[in-house]
Amino acid sequence: MKDERVIGPVILDLQSISLSFGGVNALTNISFDVREHEIRAIIGPNGAGKSSMLNVINGVYRPQQGNIIYRGVPRKDMNTYRAARSGIARTFQNIALFKGMSVLDNIMTGRTLKIQSNFLLQALYWGPAQKEENLQREKVEQIIDFLEIQHVRKTPVGRLSYGLQKRVELGRALAAEPTILLLDEPMAGMNVEEKQDMSRFILDVNDQFGTTIVLIEHDMGVVMDISDRVVVLDYGRKIGDGTPAEVLANQDVINAYLGVSH
Amino acid sequence: MSFFFEVLIAGLLSGVMYALVALGFVLVYKASGVFNFAQGAMVFFAALTCVGFNEVFGLSLWIAIPLTMLVMVILGMAIEKIVLRRLVNQPEITLFMATIGLSFFIEGLAQLLWGSQPHKLTLPIEDVPIAFLMDQFNMLISQFDVIAACICAILVLVLALLFSKTKIGRALRAVADDHQAALSVGIPLQHIWAVVWAVAGFVSLVAGLLWGARNGVQFSLVYIALKALPVLILGGFTSVPGAIAGGLIIGASEKLAEVYLGPIMGGGIEGWFPYVLALLFLLVRPEGLFGEKIIRRI
Amino acid sequence: MFYREAGQFKTTYAADSQIFPIKQDRIGIALLFACAFFVVPFVAPAYVISAILIPFLIFSLAALGLNILTGYAGQLSLGSAAFMAVGAFASYNFVLRIPGIPLLLAFALGGICASLVGMAFGLPSLRIRGFYLAAATLATQFFVVWCLTKISWFTNSSSSGVITAQEMTILEFHFHTPASKYVLTLSIVAVLALLAKNMVRSNIGRSWMAVRDMDVAAEVIGIRLMRTKMLAFAVSSFYCGIAGALYAYAYLGTVEPEAYNLDLSFRILFMVIIGGAGSILGAFLGAAFIILLPILIDFITHALALPTSVSSNLELMVFGGLIIFFLIVEPHGLARLWQITKEKCRLWPFPY
Repeated sequence: MKDERVIGPVILDLQSISLSFGGVNALTNISFDVREHEIRAIIGPNGAGKSSMLNVINGVYRPQQGNIIYRGVPRKDMNTYRAARSGIARTFQNIALFKGMSVLDNIMTGRTLKIQSNFLLQALYWGPAQKEENLQREKVEQIIDFLEIQHVRKTPVGRLSYGLQKRVELGRALAAEPTILLLDEPMAGMNVEEKQDMSRFILDVNDQFGTTIVLIEHDMGVVMDISDRVVVLDYGRKIGDGTPAEVLANQDVINAYLGVSH
Repeated sequence: MSFFFEVLIAGLLSGVMYALVALGFVLVYKASGVFNFAQGAMVFFAALTCVGFNEVFGLSLWIAIPLTMLVMVILGMAIEKIVLRRLVNQPEITLFMATIGLSFFIEGLAQLLWGSQPHKLTLPIEDVPIAFLMDQFNMLISQFDVIAACICAILVLVLALLFSKTKIGRALRAVADDHQAALSVGIPLQHIWAVVWAVAGFVSLVAGLLWGARNGVQFSLVYIALKALPVLILGGFTSVPGAIAGGLIIGASEKLAEVYLGPIMGGGIEGWFPYVLALLFLLVRPEGLFGEKIIRRI
Repeated sequence: MFYREAGQFKTTYAADSQIFPIKQDRIGIALLFACAFFVVPFVAPAYVISAILIPFLIFSLAALGLNILTGYAGQLSLGSAAFMAVGAFASYNFVLRIPGIPLLLAFALGGICASLVGMAFGLPSLRIRGFYLAAATLATQFFVVWCLTKISWFTNSSSSGVITAQEMTILEFHFHTPASKYVLTLSIVAVLALLAKNMVRSNIGRSWMAVRDMDVAAEVIGIRLMRTKMLAFAVSSFYCGIAGALYAYAYLGTVEPEAYNLDLSFRILFMVIIGGAGSILGAFLGAAFIILLPILIDFITHALALPTSVSSNLELMVFGGLIIFFLIVEPHGLARLWQITKEKCRLWPFPY
């Protein structure tokens, strides 16, 4: 199934990214690229800087040094709004859903950049705002069908199980129709069945919508199965880059995971 | 020139008293993460109860004060048991609103028990100008203000030391940081909270007596305590030295503004000046002078 | 037990998103409106209209405004009365200085003035949050009221600071009976409530709730925090401004700064908490509660022949106690209790 996709040119190029907080270096001179339509995994021991890397990509953190080149255009001033506008969506390690709203409303918030009508039209509701609202609802329902969460669409997300919440968060990210999807440990805390479901969804998203996916994942089996290429981080540095097979045979990577001092 | 100093010192002195009230807030906040909006009402309640014992029951102040202290401790423990315990894991904002409700309740209770007329409170400290300063520097500074400030300063110092140096102080800080973690280390949460609210009650009593003697024991005492909010904003909600610094700044600037800016602006500036000052300050330093920077990770 | 939801299927998203999706609810609301507009003005005694219904509507509107800011957008505010004051004084000055200005336009402009003040004092919310923001809103409350008292242009240089509100007139019709004032107030509040309901179920409402629940995540999905928060302050203050204008024109008859004090701000906050934050219905329930409760307490104190000072203190205690009670037992207020009751009634005698 994966071989039918055509992996495109480089869509995201990270050059010499360095990020530090106070005196702590989270990332040091990291460079790697992501090709369009591929599934790129970022792996590494805990504290390696993987989440920080994602945060840099979607503008939550500004690196002290380095360039982000997106679709060939250097982005000097990437912030969260510009990242969202450029088609970068993400999920979070500790679920960042809006606990006070239902599943449907949460995913609808993901459509916010697609909604044109202003608050006055929305206050009037009947007319163009209503048409747009119903259109957006249709799109969101498609995502709900895709993720098989129809039965909980009106439930407040706070009441759902962890696995379902993760799915809703994925739905919210998908609602933005992103070009690049950043997933921060999407399988964390799931059992085998849930992991299989989530892997299937990720592969389907990549397959059906052509979304480029960058994901952080700890489960090596998942990484081997679904990713095209892998980047390995350790203590904020890149220690491996290539196909899953290449990376797993890399001695530095093995040392990092086995805890050999370096 | 000496007039300026006179106003400044008067401001600083009232600032020390603000600091004491602010300290009550800081203690409760540090120990339980609750911003106790009811602190002002507690000041009012303490003062009114003391005066009540004094006037209605004819008890001398030497008896009325410890008796009121007992009442405040019981009140504190009741608050902890009935209100706080039920709201343990709620977000801060819910606890804050609960203390707003609490303040209304305590205000109503105080007036229900002791009546709503203003009362005069006379402490054995005279409100006369200090002769030495009057003669040498031509400055009118009340003896009462100075002694009140000294009492407050001593109290603040004692509490600050208690907090940082003793075992109980450490336990309090642990509880403020993380209730669950403190419990799991074996800190008796409820005892700690009882201690904290008792201390807060004590602080309220002292503040209530001093302010009450100065301005009369009436409902407006609640608003004086509300002034502690700008003090906390300036000083940071979690810092004892911050409360002191904030109190002095607010006290001094409020008086100076009223005297020097007041005539230009039509008077009555004291009512909003501290708040606006705090607001402007917040824009520059959202966590106050000494407060801890809040870092949120996603 | 009165009716069942079963059998009412929605085949379009438009039908599913209605304000009242259940047919019986729609009929009920229609009846309520008909009664409110056509029966009450003729049947209810003038005292009930002036002292209960009109303030109920006005406070509901103010509570709606605060609910948008605090309940939906999560920005705690203790300064709602100040925005009401701006609305009242601005409307007064527009009517005074622009002869022949239509009354509703004067009110609307008053609301817009309140919006501008709201946005100005809402700017700090971009940097500060939680009860720091609440403390900052106290600055608004005290400063704005001080301005309106001291700057004589606002009060038309009235020496006492208390001005009589002009009589309300629309197209030669004078609103001087309680019933007429009631119908005018009801119309304004009904329209604004509808607009509010529309807003909160649309994208702007969801953006507000997203900012309330987790603003960092909201930013990541593309919601612009500044715009969303400013809009919350603007809309909320607009509603409070109109409520303030109505408070002066349709209820008090005077325009005075002291009527818009901290105590009023707290009352409105209590309406939001007790009625239910984040709920349009909650604003109305909360307002009704806060209006009716003092009357009830008064009644009890008279029945028990206690002095009147007792009733006002008892009121304070009951308010305070109820706030705590609701926060412990049902933080979503009366609106949630109503919802639960309706569901239980619909299912009765089945347990679920």
